[in-house]
Amino acid sequence: MKYAYYPGCSLESTAKEFGESTVLVAEALGIELVEIPDWNCCGATSGHALDHKLSIALPARTLGIAENMGLDVVAPCAACYNRMKSAEVAMKSDEALRSEINSSLANPYEGKITVHSALEIFTAPDVLNRIKERVSYPLRGLKPACYYGCLLLRPPKIVGFDDPEAPQRLDEAMCAVGAEPVEWYFKNECCGASLGISKSAVSVKLTGDIISNAKKHGANCIVTVCPLCLTNLEMRQGAAGKMRGEDLTMPVFYFTELLGLAMEVPGIRKLFASHLVDVNPALDAIEQGEPVPAGAEG
Amino acid sequence: MTNFSNKVTSLVSENAQCCCELSLVEGPTGSELKRRIQELCGENVLECYQCGECTAGCPVAYAMDIAPNQVLRLAQLGLEDEVLGSSAIWLCAGCETCATRCPKGVALSRVMDACRQLALERGIKPKEPEIAKFHDQFLTEVKRFGRVHELTLTALYKVRTKDFFSDVFTGIQMFLKGKLALIPSLVKGRDEIRRLFSRSRHGSEDS
Amino acid sequence: MRIGVFVCWCGSNIAKTVDVEKVVEAAREMPGVVYATDYKYMCSEPGQNMIQEAIREHKLDRIVVASCSPRLHEPTFQRCVEAAGLNPYMVEMANIREQCSWVHERTPEATQHAIDLVRMAVAKVAKNEPLSRSKLDITRRALVIGGGVAGIQAALDIADAGYPVVLVERTPSIGGHMAQYDKTFPTLDCAACILTPKMVDCASHPLIEIWSYSEVEEVNGFVGNFEVKIRRRAKSVDESKCTGCGLCLEKCPVKGIPSEFDEGTGTRRAIYRPFPQAVPNKPVIDREHCRYFQTGKCGVCQKICPVGAIDYEQQDQVVTEKFGAIVVATGFDVWRDEQAMAQFGYGKYPDVISSLQFERLMNASGPTDGKIVRPSDGKVPRSIAFISCVGSRDEVHGYPYCSKVCCMYNAKQALLAKDKLHDVQTYVFYMDIRANGKGYEEFVRRAIEEYGANYIRGRVSRVYPDGDQLVVKGADTLLGRPLEVRVDLVVLATAMKPHDDAKELARKLGISTDQYDWFSEAHPKLRPVEVLTDGIYLAGACQYPKDIPDTVAQASGAASKVIGLFSKEAILSEAMTAFVNEDTCVGCGLCAEVCPFGAIDLVEVVDREKSTRDNQVMKTVARVNEGVCKGCGTCAAACRSGSARLRGFDTKQILAEIDALADAALSSKRL
Repeated sequence: MKYAYYPGCSLESTAKEFGESTVLVAEALGIELVEIPDWNCCGATSGHALDHKLSIALPARTLGIAENMGLDVVAPCAACYNRMKSAEVAMKSDEALRSEINSSLANPYEGKITVHSALEIFTAPDVLNRIKERVSYPLRGLKPACYYGCLLLRPPKIVGFDDPEAPQRLDEAMCAVGAEPVEWYFKNECCGASLGISKSAVSVKLTGDIISNAKKHGANCIVTVCPLCLTNLEMRQGAAGKMRGEDLTMPVFYFTELLGLAMEVPGIRKLFASHLVDVNPALDAIEQGEPVPAGAEG
Repeated sequence: MTNFSNKVTSLVSENAQCCCELSLVEGPTGSELKRRIQELCGENVLECYQCGECTAGCPVAYAMDIAPNQVLRLAQLGLEDEVLGSSAIWLCAGCETCATRCPKGVALSRVMDACRQLALERGIKPKEPEIAKFHDQFLTEVKRFGRVHELTLTALYKVRTKDFFSDVFTGIQMFLKGKLALIPSLVKGRDEIRRLFSRSRHGSEDS
Repeated sequence: MRIGVFVCWCGSNIAKTVDVEKVVEAAREMPGVVYATDYKYMCSEPGQNMIQEAIREHKLDRIVVASCSPRLHEPTFQRCVEAAGLNPYMVEMANIREQCSWVHERTPEATQHAIDLVRMAVAKVAKNEPLSRSKLDITRRALVIGGGVAGIQAALDIADAGYPVVLVERTPSIGGHMAQYDKTFPTLDCAACILTPKMVDCASHPLIEIWSYSEVEEVNGFVGNFEVKIRRRAKSVDESKCTGCGLCLEKCPVKGIPSEFDEGTGTRRAIYRPFPQAVPNKPVIDREHCRYFQTGKCGVCQKICPVGAIDYEQQDQVVTEKFGAIVVATGFDVWRDEQAMAQFGYGKYPDVISSLQFERLMNASGPTDGKIVRPSDGKVPRSIAFISCVGSRDEVHGYPYCSKVCCMYNAKQALLAKDKLHDVQTYVFYMDIRANGKGYEEFVRRAIEEYGANYIRGRVSRVYPDGDQLVVKGADTLLGRPLEVRVDLVVLATAMKPHDDAKELARKLGISTDQYDWFSEAHPKLRPVEVLTDGIYLAGACQYPKDIPDTVAQASGAASKVIGLFSKEAILSEAMTAFVNEDTCVGCGLCAEVCPFGAIDLVEVVDREKSTRDNQVMKTVARVNEGVCKGCGTCAAACRSGSARLRGFDTKQILAEIDALADAALSSKRL
């Protein structure tokens, strides 16, 4: 199994632990990820907010390069995935737009490859089985609130590999590694990350709603598929707690980190240090028959 | 204002604080807004039957000056100044909840995108200038480097909004954890990317 | 040959686009035409008189009327010329309205198009031959499919007029959805009080046979002469012996099967009757769940039955019966798509229920004896949210149409809930209030003004639990603000939809369905009870969502159509039917295969060409049953040897039309 890998800007900086864990887990599962040479930013929310055509053209350039590689694309970041997928659908369905945009591209994109999210490929039935087989450190006692956010699920006509109202794939992945995902009700609510910097009051409120609901239903951590969500949930939980008068301290993970942890993939544990919110309370909740020997990491 | 002017006129928009009677004169201007929205995003605002599903599910509606369904209503009536001058179009977080649940299949999120583009195109001052500046700074980064360099993005955004102190502590924490690189990574095909920009609306304004 | 051409203005429908006088002028020059004129409304009495006078005065033997579609007025003009002594099939219509004026601007080309259409009709009518219709017998016995209030009403009306009826019902009892309801809007009559007497009337009527637990398998034949194969499923109870004492119902050890009649809010046993007032009031054994049928051990009901009515050996009976007319009254189903309703948590949170389930909770003979309690914990709700348009007016997740009755039953349920539980707070989330029936608007206002139902204008985005309550996230579009309410129970007004197998039944009956699978009427305004197949009529919500008054009215309408048919001495067959030239037919059977009405059979006949006086050679040929043939012409188009032909549309007539058009086009250099 081989994919063209699109890290996107965040996975190189604020979400580097997402990027690194994705690569490590893929490697452990025998999935080859080849980084797309000279990839560019997908345009993110700002792209489609201000300029529809640009929001198709930017991902189309990267897709064109990937098409030359002859590989389908994996974009772990939910926001990148959403933009890449939107561009894929637009370029495939609108011939006029395709030829217009392709005329500016060194590597035109003809719609021969498709885009996948990391959650999609890691929860494909055969891969999930392989993960189950590889689990050596089951995450029993870890009670994640699986948080899908917006961009992985919506709009279902474009992304739609999971049910937009009752998504399951992340919960399935967590069950596969022995964690006990909680039943909660803000799985697919927006955290407001796209307004995180410019209108932080909104993202503080939404973060508060989300973490409060996760806590209420017994979660000891939140697991995400999106760097914007994770950064936002980590950054804003202090202010949200103050606003609501609740303790909203809550470790937040990328799902790939937890897959790697359960499979004891070397190099995973050291990524936990880069979280802004201490993840140790969640890690301590994992009940193991015997303690993990120190220095087991590579 | 005469009844024969071809303009859709709103007394509200002339004096936004006052709830006056609306005076509608259907004409090219009114349908022009609908036409432009459809051209930019493919959505026909006349398909909306004002059920309120978008407002009910919108995570940001509470903070908007007009409700999401009212954005569509104003667009239906062609009350351009009011839609394009609203905070709602800027506050929309693009979460697509409205588009997913709309029983008529109208993607309001895309209409919001179109309205922001139209507002900029017509030189209407964004009601939420910080959000507009952030998006603009973001795209400027992409245009310059091909990728987004979060440190530069945040720094320049803060210069533009003269907000130097919020989130500084988080920024330092991130830097210490090695999450904010000092040097931006550059895309080789920057000329190609600039070409994409110059073909689009955003490219023409700053260079 | 003396052809007359009559060009209609259709008010301004034709005349505003087509230069009618030019058409008349051109017609006068066409071969065989001896008279041509125009008139404002040719179909009106003066118009028809004009045709009849011209026939007499100018000794016309063939008529062309250039006006609207023959589907609208061909029968009118056929009757008109027949009264003037012509064979009715000597009329041709040139459709210069739907096929010309309505699709053109006023241009010379539009007029030329009309002239061409008239020219073709003139060429065709010149080749017309007189046709006649034969008389067919009628079996004066009706089949009513579906035992809801529509079927019950139709059966009673037909039987009261003196004709025997078989009422076929799929479930063990007649009564349909109406039997599930508590009270009915806007009068608040108890549904059982007004329905059960009718059910009993059906059972006791000497001319009505109720075949419950039965389904239609196959329909053959045609108006007056249907042959219908019906499967009478084995009830495992000998109805002639069973007294309906109900002892078996108490002793059956297989409990806890979700009751279909209670919409899963209550349970039943393996031997059951859907509800205590069922008609027939005799139980059936659900073999899927019965321990005896599944394991061979048990037999409790057989042991306990005092009259020995339990019969495990009973088999399904498939019978074929003759009927003269069929009333289709199969009703509706409710939308149950849990995935599409995930945003409301239907199927996931026990206290989110459908309106039909709420009816069962309110109904005195329901599983809670009429106490409104929450399915999750049996507590009395202090607040209830009713959500309208769940799956209705929702083209993305459900159906684009309005289910028509939900606004009214929402108001009724909010009112009755308040009536039963004085402290309850009710919320009704609505988009529009559609209350256009007698006493309906007043009723909704009463629910709001006197019973305090809190109407909130806005759709609901999401329902999710919070503690032991449910949060309903909606909006008040009148205020332009999102809002949330916390309630104990959520009731979803789920859409009415056709039965999943509606299309299958339509196929058996040879009738058509619309894009949703509702059965299609013959004409939406003027023939709302008929379908395009003669002798089959529609009643109730199998056609489109309807409330009880409309359903009953349509059922009586369908019944009166049946009675009207049965009161005729005989019926006339179609004249424009297909026939097969058996001398040239090679018996390939393609025509029989493509015939949508099953009107063609393959038969063995003597091959006249190959047979000698001593040696009779047989061959297979196709033969058309003229009673069934609808004259669609599919066989004629498919036949490779040109043996299958259609009266009134023979090859020579169609070629004459094409020739006329080609000649005109060539001579005016348009080709």
